[in-house]
Amino acid sequence: MPVSRDSQGPVWRQRTRAGDLATWFTWLIGVALVAVCLSFISDKTIWEFVWSAPREAADLGSRMIPPDWSYSTQLWRPLWDTFNIATLGTALALGVSVPVAFCAARNTTPSTKLVRPIALFVIAASRSINSLIWALLLVVIVGPGVFAGVLAIAFRSIGFCGKLLYEAIEEIDVSPVEAVTATGASWEQILTYGVVPQIIPAFAGITVFRWDINIRESTILGLVGAGGIGLQLNASINNLDWSRVAVILIAILLTVILSEWLSAKIRDALN
Amino acid sequence: MPTLVLTNLTKRYPTGDLALNEVSLDISEGQVLALIGPSGAGKSTLIRCVNRLVEPTSGAIIFGDLDVTGMGSRTLRRMRRRMGMIFQEYALVERLSVMENVLSGRLGYVGFWSSWFRRFPREDISQAFNLLKRVGLDGMEDKRADALSGGQRQRVGIARALIQNPDLLLVDEPTASLDPKTSRQIMRLLGELCKERGLTAIVNIHDVPLARLFAERVVGLNSGAIVYDGSPQGLTPDVLTQIYGEEDWNATKGDGDRSMTQGDDSDGES
Amino acid sequence: MAARTQLWRRPHIIPNPALRWMFALGVGIYLAATIGTLDINWNRVAEGWPRAQRFFSGFMPPDFYSRGDDILKGLLESLWMTVAATALGILISVPVAIGGARNVSPAPVYLFCRSLMAVSRTFHEVLIAIFFVKLFGFGPFAGVATLTMATVGFYAKLLAEDIESTSAAQSEAILATGAAWLQWLDYAIRPQVRPRAIGLAVYRLDINFRESAIIGIVGAGGVGATLNTAFDRYEFDTAAAILLIIIGIVMAAEYMSGRIRRAVQ
Repeated sequence: MPVSRDSQGPVWRQRTRAGDLATWFTWLIGVALVAVCLSFISDKTIWEFVWSAPREAADLGSRMIPPDWSYSTQLWRPLWDTFNIATLGTALALGVSVPVAFCAARNTTPSTKLVRPIALFVIAASRSINSLIWALLLVVIVGPGVFAGVLAIAFRSIGFCGKLLYEAIEEIDVSPVEAVTATGASWEQILTYGVVPQIIPAFAGITVFRWDINIRESTILGLVGAGGIGLQLNASINNLDWSRVAVILIAILLTVILSEWLSAKIRDALN
Repeated sequence: MPTLVLTNLTKRYPTGDLALNEVSLDISEGQVLALIGPSGAGKSTLIRCVNRLVEPTSGAIIFGDLDVTGMGSRTLRRMRRRMGMIFQEYALVERLSVMENVLSGRLGYVGFWSSWFRRFPREDISQAFNLLKRVGLDGMEDKRADALSGGQRQRVGIARALIQNPDLLLVDEPTASLDPKTSRQIMRLLGELCKERGLTAIVNIHDVPLARLFAERVVGLNSGAIVYDGSPQGLTPDVLTQIYGEEDWNATKGDGDRSMTQGDDSDGES
Repeated sequence: MAARTQLWRRPHIIPNPALRWMFALGVGIYLAATIGTLDINWNRVAEGWPRAQRFFSGFMPPDFYSRGDDILKGLLESLWMTVAATALGILISVPVAIGGARNVSPAPVYLFCRSLMAVSRTFHEVLIAIFFVKLFGFGPFAGVATLTMATVGFYAKLLAEDIESTSAAQSEAILATGAAWLQWLDYAIRPQVRPRAIGLAVYRLDINFRESAIIGIVGAGGVGATLNTAFDRYEFDTAAAILLIIIGIVMAAEYMSGRIRRAVQ
């Protein structure tokens, strides 16, 4: 106990001496670990390149400015594709993740022994593979283009939405469900009257949240050929056409700001 | 000699609500004053103006011989040490231990590093132990605040306020979230402590009977203005009507059907 | 009782019927327009299955051994990058988060910190990595810089939001004791945000590991670089092994981080 007595009366410390030592020791280990990591990275780094970074940045800046504004007229289509990849991908993912989430939630799953582990595996598998890697695989399978992008976004989002959704389902208040069950309702009726009304806000929130992330993700899928503005970015970088790269970056910036503004508006409206 | 003098104190919130309208009040040393009135009358605003948790719009607050309204942040902090505050929902930092909560009352007196490492002076520690004993929480110092019951939390809140060695206690609805028995115990404890230490206190309170029992002076507030200032004995049904609005102050249930049909929207129990 | 039976229908989410139809119409038009512009080459998609089979047969069986040393080096490098970037990112995030919480900081500081968060969040990690590789050269330094920046955008934003949602009553109580600003942060704010701060740190550690596997593809070091090399050399069996290891570690890390986060709540 942190309270002890000595000749002058009671003494109080936040922690016992052992607790104090343990805390300091943990911090020491943590700091040492970070220091070791940094030194490994420093060994692997060619510092001349790092020191030349300001010069490099100035050089890059001078090539980017002025941006090639005339190129911006060719970006409408890629931006439209980017937007579609995110939106359709999110929609597709929701269509799949809702049933998966109901199967994964302990309180709504039809069977804990068989269906729930399968649903959880689907969620985990989808989540552990980054959308860029999904895109890499899908470009090989369905060919390069927007469709591969939509599928890549959808595959990654199933796990994300499914996980958040099933956690929301597991956290619902049980008393309305009990009340609906007590009226003699069937399983489907319990879901629609007892569970669904409680998770609608979470569902809407998750949708907007993931859509916002997906807009960002869909800007890079083009790097591996899965459509969207990343294609133009990749081409311009490969051609060292930096004044065009600058225009593309500004276009991405505006898109992301717009999507963030839009999702904030929707979120406010939902609350 | 008055400890606290409020002159034409006015508070208008940015929303346009006039919470206090030209309130003037003298409180003399050692006086326990109950502030009663309906919800939204400006009671909380008034006591928060005194230690400037709420910035008054106009008017003056004189505490001892100090002008509270014109203080800079450093002097304000030094002045706040001399005013202990006790809150409605206890307002303990829930994830800190009882001892840390009590010692947080000394923050105005110790430097940043000793508070960061929880190395408080010995006198503070032994005073904290004495206070915990006095409020009836002997041996609870290492419990986390969120593990306590409502009455126990309020006792911690009282100890936190008292360890500041204040001259003035600002008490905001101390019993609003407590059951009737605990409410009386807490009020009695507060009364005793004020007497022991010769403290001046302003107590916001919803419960008129409790106010009658424990306060020596009652001020009634309605819509930001003082409508009654006098002894607890003077709280006649007429005066209560003036403070709280129309209600049959003597009727209980089934006393005619008046109380059944008319909306009962007041907080004063009879 | 009136003889006429009353009808009841559930009120719609959008009460105005005109608006409701406009909304449905808008969604319909959008879907039609998009699916029209998707340009799906169904013949190509139909070929997909045999292509996928060929592709995955190249993956089989995963080869963990012939490039085992490279894989191990790549993994360790990812791990160092993850730890270093998370630590640095959090170190920078804490003051930024405090500055970016409306209930703690004055308006100019708030705006500055919020725009800092917005800047570090706008671009995808991979885009940032491309530029950092350009600036700092290939290797883990660019990776650490990227992940640190991404961590600030994530951690500072969420921590700031948590600070903003702390209980005003507890803050007020500590202020009323005459505490100085730093003491107030220590006694009123820190205990309230501590569990979430730890939870987010563990979560971000987990995310940073995943991301470190991706940004290597554009040259920012780590196991992603090993993966990229394997693809470039058409060593698909090695690539498969790396992907499996990444998935395994990600799942294990997720499980662990979930447990840690539950423990600190």
